[in-house]
Amino acid sequence: MTWVLSNLGLIWARILDHVVLSLPPIVLCFVIALPLGWLARRYRVSRGIILTGAGLLYAVPSLPLFFVLPAVIGTGLRSPLNVIIALTLYGVALMVRVVSDGLDSVDADVRQSASAVGYSAWSRFWQVELPLSGPVLLAGMRVVAVSTVSLVTVGAVIGVQSLGSLFTDGFQRGIQAEIIAGLVATVGLALLFDGALVLAGRLLMPWTRKAGPARRTAPIEVSAA
Amino acid sequence: MIEFRSVSKRFPDGTLAVDDFSLVLPSHQTTVLVGSSGSGKTTLLRMINRMVDPTSGSIEIDGENINSLAPVKLRRGIGYVMQNSGLLPHRTVIDNVATVPLLRGTPKRQARADALTLLDTVGLDRSLADRYPSQLSGGQQQRVGVARGLAVDPNILLMDEPFGAVDPIVRAELQEELLRLQKELDKTVVFVTHDIEEAFLLGDQIVILREGGHVAQVGSPADILANPADEFVSSFVGADRGRRALHLERHGDRDAVVDSDGRLAGVLTSRPAPDAVLGAEGSR
Amino acid sequence: MNLFSDAVNWILDPANWVGINAIPLRLSQHLVFTLVTLLIASAIAIPLGFLIGHTGRGRGLAVTTSGGLRAIPTLGLLTLVALWVGIGVVAPYVALTVLAIPPILAGAYTGFEAIDRRTIDAARAVGMSELQIVRKVEIPLGLPLLIGGLRSATLQVIATATLAAYVADLGLGRYLFAGLKTRDYAEMLGGSILVILLALVLEGIFALIQRFVVPRGVSGRLKTRQSGSTAGSTSTEPDSHSLRTGRPTAAR
Repeated sequence: MTWVLSNLGLIWARILDHVVLSLPPIVLCFVIALPLGWLARRYRVSRGIILTGAGLLYAVPSLPLFFVLPAVIGTGLRSPLNVIIALTLYGVALMVRVVSDGLDSVDADVRQSASAVGYSAWSRFWQVELPLSGPVLLAGMRVVAVSTVSLVTVGAVIGVQSLGSLFTDGFQRGIQAEIIAGLVATVGLALLFDGALVLAGRLLMPWTRKAGPARRTAPIEVSAA
Repeated sequence: MIEFRSVSKRFPDGTLAVDDFSLVLPSHQTTVLVGSSGSGKTTLLRMINRMVDPTSGSIEIDGENINSLAPVKLRRGIGYVMQNSGLLPHRTVIDNVATVPLLRGTPKRQARADALTLLDTVGLDRSLADRYPSQLSGGQQQRVGVARGLAVDPNILLMDEPFGAVDPIVRAELQEELLRLQKELDKTVVFVTHDIEEAFLLGDQIVILREGGHVAQVGSPADILANPADEFVSSFVGADRGRRALHLERHGDRDAVVDSDGRLAGVLTSRPAPDAVLGAEGSR
Repeated sequence: MNLFSDAVNWILDPANWVGINAIPLRLSQHLVFTLVTLLIASAIAIPLGFLIGHTGRGRGLAVTTSGGLRAIPTLGLLTLVALWVGIGVVAPYVALTVLAIPPILAGAYTGFEAIDRRTIDAARAVGMSELQIVRKVEIPLGLPLLIGGLRSATLQVIATATLAAYVADLGLGRYLFAGLKTRDYAEMLGGSILVILLALVLEGIFALIQRFVVPRGVSGRLKTRQSGSTAGSTSTEPDSHSLRTGRPTAAR
């Protein structure tokens, strides 16, 4: 506890580092996954390629990816860009599947009646299909947010500073309080992001609010390491 | 013979599904429990094989209180057919039919051979034996369900809206099939439905239920049609309207039978049999 | 691509195939560690998951706990346990077992939950005992989702075992950290490639297993339905199955 109190400045700095590393992947992966997920749902061929690719990408462990990326894109080994790009890739890998499932979950009758009343394909996507798959997308984004925040810490072992640095530093210097502080802060940050997403969901999808006990539409199993 | 003695059932959430229900279901006859949803008909049926235990009162089968029997053993001795067949999706038709005999320790060979015979009994081609339920049509699935219900040659066959989920043409086929089977096998059948036509067609004894498991009327189809106990029954069976409320109109030199909407239902002929008073519905 | 050819040369260098740092040795360490962790986690999570799935009790608690565990960063747990028990293999075993439990547990109970209630009701009505319902109906029908859970857990453990080399002399991860220390990029990259290959191979194996354990009759492959069946539930069930099992989950 004394360690925490005398190092509040350090912890705050690491929290800010952490936010800078985790926010871009969360936002970027959604923007990238949306068209890809749509494409995966649209054509049989693209579906096979995109979803298989996403599945394989998702199976790649993060630490080795942090080492491999620099060799592929020419960044420095300790560049924060590696972490951001790697985590964006994971986010895309997960969300492509979610977007495609989410669009699938839209009732065919609703889709047809939207066309029948005169929506064009473009406006139907933005005004009918996307909003209606919102709950599934939200569930996916919550998983992405929590796992991204957690995965950012791994970057610390290659020297990219984040709350994970509190783990490596605490381990090397034998300070338990530092590791615990890092754990609490990371989990807290994950919950904060999660809460923000839930709140955004309520604001953007008021029709889902009365839906009673929150049942996840698409069970998404994910663990972060 | 199955006897309900002042049976009541209150579910944990407080709803009273059955209230002081007493009835004798005679052996070798088909008793149909008919009522709309919430009338407690399924609950009553499920009490017979102890899928539901009454809150008070008792149920006897051939004079023995079923409360003294272990549920699992009791169920293995009673045939059960449900809506959507309730077949095990990961087992073939033949294995589904043989489920209960195998549970009771019948050797596998024997059980499968018996099951094949049962497929004949319910009018299914033996070539379907190795199919999975998902590869069958709804009507075929129901037939497999009936075969499974008959697999241990039970005295009692419970049927919970077994034909509720198939289309009308298949339903009519299955109903005819059940009548034929019952003539052959002579089981004590308890049949639940919300369809009064189905009840009149299949039942020897009809029990009309209203909300909360209250008996509105018990009797043969003829009794009920001829003497509905009250307004509720009369409107439930439609005795006061449509094609059940018939009157005679003179057309030329013959009497035509006309329903309440003015549609011609038929003409009067000489009696086909001395005791057929109410026509096809009541007589079989 | 120069870097990659260096890495491939490193992997193929005979010097790296002998001694205490030999690739086969590190690889088998990695695999044995993963296997043992999964066995311990399964021994705890599978019976518990079956119990939750069959009775429906304790589900809320299981969901909350495994959700919470997921938010915990592995590296933090690993270093913390390592401080408690000292450097060595104990810390990774403890930390990784804890992390492998949630996906297996979830796979076990969601597998049971995904089964049509009417199927289980019918099994009970024809006279199956509770134990028979579990053995003959729930386990076979729930197996695909359980395997899905094991798949997540395996990928997670393989990935985290790499990270475990940070606190223990263990597995393929050693190449990454040793290379990092000596700035030997060929070793880092070579080791990374080995881990990625291992993960992809296991992913492929699990994908195959998952196809095989879907009970015949339940899988979508057998759709030769004759006439349009009205048994709504049985026709939609395979879809919701594939939705759930298809998700190759896990992490790194």
